[in-house]
Amino acid sequence: MTALVIAEHDNQHLKPATLNAVTAAQACSSIVHVLVAGSGSKTVAEQAAQIEGVSTVLHADAPQLAHPLAEVIAAQVIELIKSAGSYTHVLFASTASGKNIAPRVAALLDTAQISDIIKVVSSDTFDRPIYAGNAIATVQSSDPVKVITVRTTGFDAASINKGAQGCEIKSLNASADSGQSTFLGQEVAVSDRPELTAAKVIVSGGRALGSSEKFNEVLTPLADKLGAALGASRAAVDAGYAPNDWQVGQTGKIVAPELYVACGISGAIQHLAGMKDSKVIVAINKDAEAPIFSVADYGLEADLFEAVPEWVKLL
Amino acid sequence: MKILVAVKRVVDYNVKIRVKSDQSGVDIANLKMSMNPFDEIALEEAVRLKEKGLATEVIAVSCGPTQCQETLRTALAIGADRGILVETSTELEPLGVAKILKALMDKEQPGLVILGKQAIDDDCNQTGQMLAALASCAQATFASKVELTSDHVKVIREVDGGLETLSLKLPAVVTTDLRLNEPRFVTLPNIMKAKKKTLDTLTPESLGVDVTPRIKMLKVCDPPTRSAGTKVADISALMDKLKNEAKVI
Repeated sequence: MTALVIAEHDNQHLKPATLNAVTAAQACSSIVHVLVAGSGSKTVAEQAAQIEGVSTVLHADAPQLAHPLAEVIAAQVIELIKSAGSYTHVLFASTASGKNIAPRVAALLDTAQISDIIKVVSSDTFDRPIYAGNAIATVQSSDPVKVITVRTTGFDAASINKGAQGCEIKSLNASADSGQSTFLGQEVAVSDRPELTAAKVIVSGGRALGSSEKFNEVLTPLADKLGAALGASRAAVDAGYAPNDWQVGQTGKIVAPELYVACGISGAIQHLAGMKDSKVIVAINKDAEAPIFSVADYGLEADLFEAVPEWVKLL
Repeated sequence: MKILVAVKRVVDYNVKIRVKSDQSGVDIANLKMSMNPFDEIALEEAVRLKEKGLATEVIAVSCGPTQCQETLRTALAIGADRGILVETSTELEPLGVAKILKALMDKEQPGLVILGKQAIDDDCNQTGQMLAALASCAQATFASKVELTSDHVKVIREVDGGLETLSLKLPAVVTTDLRLNEPRFVTLPNIMKAKKKTLDTLTPESLGVDVTPRIKMLKVCDPPTRSAGTKVADISALMDKLKNEAKVI
């Protein structure tokens, strides 16, 4: 019984979501391997080798692995599983990249994937949210290799032993380019802020902000003072007040920071699905009846355009 | 070029579901059902591509019980040319649906298959990727822009932290994100027209597909509830609570 975690990275740094997936993998199996597939990604393999509880890192490095295209990465994972023969679990973090690749691997293995697990009950039984988290299903898989995506907020991050020697790194032959899909480019916002899914504090805004100018003008100073990431409700994103990848909710990002500050967010069930596991929730809203108050630890019934600047002054 | 679109019948997104008291599942009897919102976006995109003259026929497929006919009629009213119901009373898993769609791809030979990125009932986010794997073709998930030519499709995808652009060789599978388009409203004349369009019924068996579930649902529970906390009078009271009670700032 060995679990294989597919590392997520940008060829330089291991993404923190991988560490949560390793913790879930340890609950599935006592032996955990990590696959790093990339291009010029030696430092990532070295970082992965320092993760507590990982016994082997498998490293494939080639130009066709520079961007995690589902076709190539899935082929790489399948080759590894077939040649090793010992893997019982394959885990991906439930990020945009993990969600993209995992089902491709599962289908190639003729396996039913288990998405977004929040708990490992036993090596074949898992809890996962359905209906936007309004119900929790306990499911059992009978497939010989279980393909799983891990909701990162459900598992602590495995620790990294910085400076330690690290476990063994084995080189793999890289899978060939599929020739079907070509990476043309990317636009990734460069920001000093913490990443939304990894942030300790999140300041999030809703439609009440009224415009993208106001969204920035009112919420940015608060986020700066709190060292927070910025998030948004679907309504705010649909209205163009905030970028798409700031959306918190059922179909956006699932977050669980220490502190979540919801400003002018009414609290539709789809939004609550994305943030209700936060440790402390603060809601600032004019409407006393807003559903967000039913999950908030501290609710302030006030005009956010007055309350937020006042808060900034006090920090 | 034909475009195949998969549409799922789900509990309407405005309905709050209830877990059955015996924990055997979610009680969906008598609830309002609708087309999965992401599938509506998928269908809208296909219809727009046809309206631009880039596709010749839009085929909508739904897999499930007889009632999926209603979902398909909605799809035909939005602008699909014909519908295919793959009827089964088996509770379908994404892998089973992907196998059905693969069989239909073999039969219909579409240039492009568009699906919603996830269904809002099981929240699986698997079917499109699985179909691409089974059909050995390229995939682009979470699309926010689709540009189709005769042999390629260029897709802008929503990824963590921004956007990514891919070019895929056709045939290919695309799954839609929220901001790809805004689906049109269905008009009465189009509902009337839809009644005259062809709707074929097949079964998984007739397509040679085994849809036996692989995953056993042991139980379904309510999530842990979060109780409402306290209301604070003003910002200084909030600051006090966060510092001294919650100790988070």
